[in-house]
Amino acid sequence: MIQTRSKKNAWLAFLAVLAFLTLIFVLDQVIKPTDRLGMLLIVLQKGAVYALAAVSMNLLNGYTGLFSLGHAGFMLLGAYTYAIFTIPDKSRDAVYQYYDAAVRFSIPEQLSRHMGGFGTALGILIALILAGAVAALLAWLIGLPVLRLKSDYLAIATLGFAEIIRALFQWSKLGPITNGSNLLKNFARASKFKLEIAGAKLSLSTFVPVLIATVSIALIVLIVNSTYGRAFKAIRDDEIAAEAMGINLAKHKMIAFVTSSFFAGVAGATLAMVLSIAQANNFKSAMTYEILLMVVLGGIGSITGSVIGSFLFVAASEWWLRGLDSGKFLGIEAPNIFRNGFRLVVFSVIIMIVVLFFRQGIMGEKELPDLFRKKKKTPVKEAES
Amino acid sequence: MTEQKKILSVEHVTMQFGGVVAVNDLSMEVREGEIVAIIGPNGAGKTTAFNVITGVYAPTNGRVYFDGDCVVENHPHGKMKKSYLGEYADLYKQVKEPTPDQLTKLGMARTFQNIRLWKSMTVFDNILVAKHLKRSSNLFSAAFRFNRAEEENNRREVLELLKIVGLEELKDELATSLPYGKQRRLEIARALATHPKLLLLDEPAAGMNPQETQELTQFIGQIRKDFDVSIVLIEHHMDLVMDISDRIYVLDFGRLIAQGVPEEIRANEKVIDAYLGVVDDAEN
Ligand SMILES: Nc1ncnc2c1ncn2[C@@H]1O[C@H](COP(=O)(O)OP(=O)(O)O)[C@@H](O)[C@H]1O
Ligand SMILES: [Mg+2]
Repeated sequence: MIQTRSKKNAWLAFLAVLAFLTLIFVLDQVIKPTDRLGMLLIVLQKGAVYALAAVSMNLLNGYTGLFSLGHAGFMLLGAYTYAIFTIPDKSRDAVYQYYDAAVRFSIPEQLSRHMGGFGTALGILIALILAGAVAALLAWLIGLPVLRLKSDYLAIATLGFAEIIRALFQWSKLGPITNGSNLLKNFARASKFKLEIAGAKLSLSTFVPVLIATVSIALIVLIVNSTYGRAFKAIRDDEIAAEAMGINLAKHKMIAFVTSSFFAGVAGATLAMVLSIAQANNFKSAMTYEILLMVVLGGIGSITGSVIGSFLFVAASEWWLRGLDSGKFLGIEAPNIFRNGFRLVVFSVIIMIVVLFFRQGIMGEKELPDLFRKKKKTPVKEAES
Repeated sequence: MTEQKKILSVEHVTMQFGGVVAVNDLSMEVREGEIVAIIGPNGAGKTTAFNVITGVYAPTNGRVYFDGDCVVENHPHGKMKKSYLGEYADLYKQVKEPTPDQLTKLGMARTFQNIRLWKSMTVFDNILVAKHLKRSSNLFSAAFRFNRAEEENNRREVLELLKIVGLEELKDELATSLPYGKQRRLEIARALATHPKLLLLDEPAAGMNPQETQELTQFIGQIRKDFDVSIVLIEHHMDLVMDISDRIYVLDFGRLIAQGVPEEIRANEKVIDAYLGVVDDAEN
């Protein structure tokens, strides 16, 4: 009985995801980036990337209760790893104009030599996984000392780590690898992703980033709903009880940290893919705070919430509130008020209101399926007698 | 009974916090199948003794044997070498400081004086998590549900356990929404889910009315039989203690002042002075 229901739910979830991806694929074909609705594509791309970033942060901060602020650092590692290993040979010297590029190996290009278009796709996938793996490796290295720290100290240490990484990647001595303070470009990017079937060119610019985010978030959901996810929650709720019940704290905190960082790395890589550039200076701690806000907005401890929070955040800041900066908002023309910077003011006020008055966020700790499920309530008092 | 194997043996354990000696040269043992009580006034060091036995604190000095093996050992070293106030400073040489989860894996499980249930989880999940330590899966096999058979088996066992402890009806409730007495029961059930050989209960009847205490007394007796565990309990309810304990240890200011079967303890002058007299006053 229990099993058939969960199987049915799994199928429903799978079909819903499939329908969503199909819709994205169709939108990718019918909307041109230059259209009035072109903004929607950008919101979908960036929203997907930030959704993944927020969900991976939620895995650590929301589910395991480890308050880490190193997310931008791990995303940077992912973005650079991905970019470095997908810059085609012929563009490399132009990208690294002041340095002698050390890595001369584009994974998609190498594979496409043997396998054509499929090789390119496979190479991009490998580069994405490598991006996650590099972030995960660094997480493992700093996790050993850092995860012993309690709450605030962990936040400070991880924040410091992210800033060090950012400085390091701009250091000219590492230029042959990171291109110093110059940006990386011309690597495999979303705007170039196309599928050619029988002469017809189908755009994948939005579909691919959304697909990457969807698959990654699905993996995180699988982890959260597994016995490990329950152990993470136990650590968050009461660490002493968790340890007394046989949960190895050091090991499980490490698993959560490394897993979260892996997906942060993938999110960073996908962000580079969407933005077509990778530059260390974009991965400031402000980015971590933004992601944290999306998590809080959606509800700490809710994956659905993180996803909704991210899309709302991106849509509001990139699209709906745009007019606040450019003179015309909701049909009101007031160039003196609605000008550069006003959007950020309004945005900050909205966020403050949400954080002050809707502390639970949009979803609290609920997930999408909870909204459809009627809670069977056994009155405690009755059952007692 | 005297020929029974020892499941737990505590030797000369001293626990010193700064200048406070919370437990002072405690030696005690628990044989297989026994119910042993630790009693004493508040602040006597009972909970601290539990914390040493279960690995929460490394003792300042002393040794703990569990199921035939030395699992905890320490001697005053480092800064403590000079400030140590206890005895037998030169008796032990090794340092063995396992974490609580390691001892739980060996077969110890405990409850807490201040209930520590996982507050965002249901009654069912609180027990299910206690099955995590016996898993055969890793992160990948668990995420991709290769451990499905194990999970189903765990869920069945949790359901059975809930039936035994009488919380089946409440399985989908949040653990913390339960009335106090039932939360205590759930905490015991959670500990049992780890399949312990030794169960340590820290004031399981605290805050219960006489009827609930009566039920708990029966429940603990039933657990010993059904789950084949030895039990150490800290308790202030004298009826309960005298009723179900095979032997009793009495602590006062960190020191063992008496031990013996319930009749001996009831008649012991020192115990009456230090503790029982006080309890009677307080209860009347
Ligand atoms: N972590 C600790 N740090 C300092 N002192 C402690 C600590 N834990 C317990 N104590 C002290 O040890 C003594 C015994 O406490 P406890 O074991 O909780 O007593 P009981 O459980 O018998 O009421 C008390 O004086 C308490 O203040
Ligand atoms: Mg106590």
